[in-house]
Amino acid sequence: MNLSDQLIQFLLSGFATGSIYALIGLGFSIIYNATGIINFAQGEFVMLGGMVTVFFLTSLHIPLPAAILGAVAITTFVGLLFERLAIRPIRKATPINLVIITIGGSILIRGLAMLIWGKDTHAIPGFSGEEPIMIGNASLLPQHLWIFGMTTLAIIASKVFFNYTISGKAMRACAFNPRAASLIGIDVKRMVLFSFVISSAMGSVAGFIIAPLTMTSYDVGIMLGLKGFCAAIIGGMSSGLGTVLGGIILGVLESLGAGLISSGYKDAVAFIILLLILFIRPQGIFKRAESERV
Amino acid sequence: MKRELVKYLLLVAAAVSMPYFFSDGYMMNVLVFVGINTMLAVALNLLLGFAGQISLGHAGFFGLGAYISGVLTATHQVNPWLAMLIAAIAVSFLAFLIGFPILKLKGHYLAMATLGLGIIIYIVFNEAVDITGGPSGLSGIPNLALGSLVFDNDVKNYCLVWTFTIVTILLAVNLAHSRIGRALRAIHDSEVAARVMGVNVRLLKVQIFALSAFISAVAGSLYAHVMTFAAPASFGFHFSVELVTMVIIGGLGSIYGSLFGATLLTLLPELLRTFQDYDIIIYGLILILVTMFMPGGLVQGIPSLLGALLPKKKEGRG
Amino acid sequence: MLAIQGITQVFGGLTALDDVTFTINRNDITGVIGPNGAGKTTLFNIISGIYTPTTGTISLDGRNITKFPPERLAAFGMVRTFQNIELFGQMTVLENVMVGLHTKSRCGIISCAFKMPWHLHEERRIRETAHTWLRFCGIDELADTTAANLPFGKGRLLEIARALALEPQIIFMDEPAAGLNSRETMGLADLIRKIRDRGITVVLVEHDMELVMDVCDRILVLNLGKKLAEGTPREIQENPAVIAAYLGEG
Repeated sequence: MNLSDQLIQFLLSGFATGSIYALIGLGFSIIYNATGIINFAQGEFVMLGGMVTVFFLTSLHIPLPAAILGAVAITTFVGLLFERLAIRPIRKATPINLVIITIGGSILIRGLAMLIWGKDTHAIPGFSGEEPIMIGNASLLPQHLWIFGMTTLAIIASKVFFNYTISGKAMRACAFNPRAASLIGIDVKRMVLFSFVISSAMGSVAGFIIAPLTMTSYDVGIMLGLKGFCAAIIGGMSSGLGTVLGGIILGVLESLGAGLISSGYKDAVAFIILLLILFIRPQGIFKRAESERV
Repeated sequence: MKRELVKYLLLVAAAVSMPYFFSDGYMMNVLVFVGINTMLAVALNLLLGFAGQISLGHAGFFGLGAYISGVLTATHQVNPWLAMLIAAIAVSFLAFLIGFPILKLKGHYLAMATLGLGIIIYIVFNEAVDITGGPSGLSGIPNLALGSLVFDNDVKNYCLVWTFTIVTILLAVNLAHSRIGRALRAIHDSEVAARVMGVNVRLLKVQIFALSAFISAVAGSLYAHVMTFAAPASFGFHFSVELVTMVIIGGLGSIYGSLFGATLLTLLPELLRTFQDYDIIIYGLILILVTMFMPGGLVQGIPSLLGALLPKKKEGRG
Repeated sequence: MLAIQGITQVFGGLTALDDVTFTINRNDITGVIGPNGAGKTTLFNIISGIYTPTTGTISLDGRNITKFPPERLAAFGMVRTFQNIELFGQMTVLENVMVGLHTKSRCGIISCAFKMPWHLHEERRIRETAHTWLRFCGIDELADTTAANLPFGKGRLLEIARALALEPQIIFMDEPAAGLNSRETMGLADLIRKIRDRGITVVLVEHDMELVMDVCDRILVLNLGKKLAEGTPREIQENPAVIAAYLGEG
């Protein structure tokens, strides 16, 4: 393979992992926009999406589509439970308290996953086999196509939800101004619950579609979660195109970094980008700085 | 002020008497780690409890202290005491530089940024194999020594570590009761009012961040020389969360609370041997429950919880 | 001594202040009044360095201080109180005032941690001075109370004591009488005069007309972000534009 073929290969695989980061990032920004919380447990929803699918497939021998549906349902239920038990009752919600509670939630979920399923790494077979598709000299797995497809679908679904349904519009209103939203009769608490439900569902989708590519285990949530957050930060915490682009930029940079520099430092790329963005342009790279009224 | 002195003398007396109670090496060894974790928890509490700034990357500073000290002594034969000093100064200098951009961030963003910083440091420990030995660790780190007294067994290490721990607590308590401590608590309560009172909030936060990193690096250096070994696994995200848990349990802004939190969280896994790796579940529960129901930490929380549960005798009707 | 030149502040598309110009004379008690939404608090936030104005300059004795942050203004002797009192709730009353002496003390982290002799000396001095200011404001008996537990009126006094501890040239008070009963308001008027008698320039934003007319030497009237009038209490009371603005609101 010459350099340009290699580059295309890196771009393709970067695009695929980037789509996953975008999905996870959307989960972050949906909750952030509805509540102002950065949910450190977001990565655990991704882990659950993969692990529950594995569990249904291998232990209960349920066919893949049903296993996936089950995984999404269970993860969403965990998200709902988390909001009801840990987020809603908290009285003095300073940012530090919320950070600590969501971190507590994340290690609790992770610990329980370890308790139930052990520490082994599991694989899910590709949804449509493992036969690579050749594009020029670069190869693409069928799973990559699944990833592109599902990500596009998820993004379109969220777009439709936020722009064309009453609940979606209500959630946008809450994000814009929770007080005003509650004054016009929107149930803000329900919208917060909704945001957790949607994010956990979205996280679980990311979890089960990436599992065939990267394997899954109880502790994949930390890294995937953080990278999803990084995607959301690049995109300025928007719950739309910004985060998607952020995810893809991150995925491609990471893949290029891994291929051209060193695979060991691949994970560091995301965090260096994260710090640089936070230091230089905390509003993301697509948004203009807004004059904020203190 | 008198009460502070009494508390402190009690602590010193307890620390001095420990070797007489526990003659076996195992308990002494555990107490060495209690001491190191106390230093770390106090360091983090200065930042989290007093200045109200979270850090999820403190295990990184701890690890840098351990590795800088370890590499200098094991690979370059530098005197261990000098290595400790170099490590502490280098790490606090790094924290000072990175503190300016990082502490401009608030709340969730600060948490994410410090977490990212911690993970970058962790990745470097793993990947810079030529320097750090990679995932399998760095061995052959010499013990500290004073003349012919080499700190090479559990009791000696206990004395060494707890000397540092007790000095750290004293300095932290002094700081808490000074103009710096007041300014920090002021930032916590109302940042805008603190600024109006002429407190240079930005600089002070960065200074405390650097001080906190300094203490963490000293603890790391002690750890390296006591263990004569350092591996990345001890300095990951998990340990940063454990440190935050210690501070939360002990109560934000309470120095002796941090001592309590560190003691509890170091002893807990030892006492509950059967739990092994599952202590992580307990930490998660503790973090959630204490933050939700006992914002002052267990030290304040349990008595007030009991007070609320027990029937109040003096308050009658009418 | 303090010259405010052409201050304009725009938030998004909203002009909160429009080309406001006036000067504050040394050792005067100046009142800033105006109907709700006139831009009084915005003006205060700009002068005290919390906002930077869109255009315009502020100068103190000829020095341009427009872009100075609050902590720097404190070093030049400018201090303020807040409309919704901003005390350090977890600290005692005495400690609150001791924070006010932050700029009057020098010890750094190292000398504080090691309890250097000069630190102990300084600490004693800070403590005594803080008590002096508490006595000045008549709340010394509350020195060991936690600030969050203070009744509202005492909290106001503590905020003033804390601000005075900086030994400012100018003190800005944002609605100091809000939430006070009439007896407390009278006490406040006396305190404001006492502060002026120590050579400190006082500027207050206030809704309580009686208090303003009673204590102020000069009054600035803002309406809808613009300067409506400026003058002595008597001139303001007789100014037809001011009367119209207030009647129009009521």
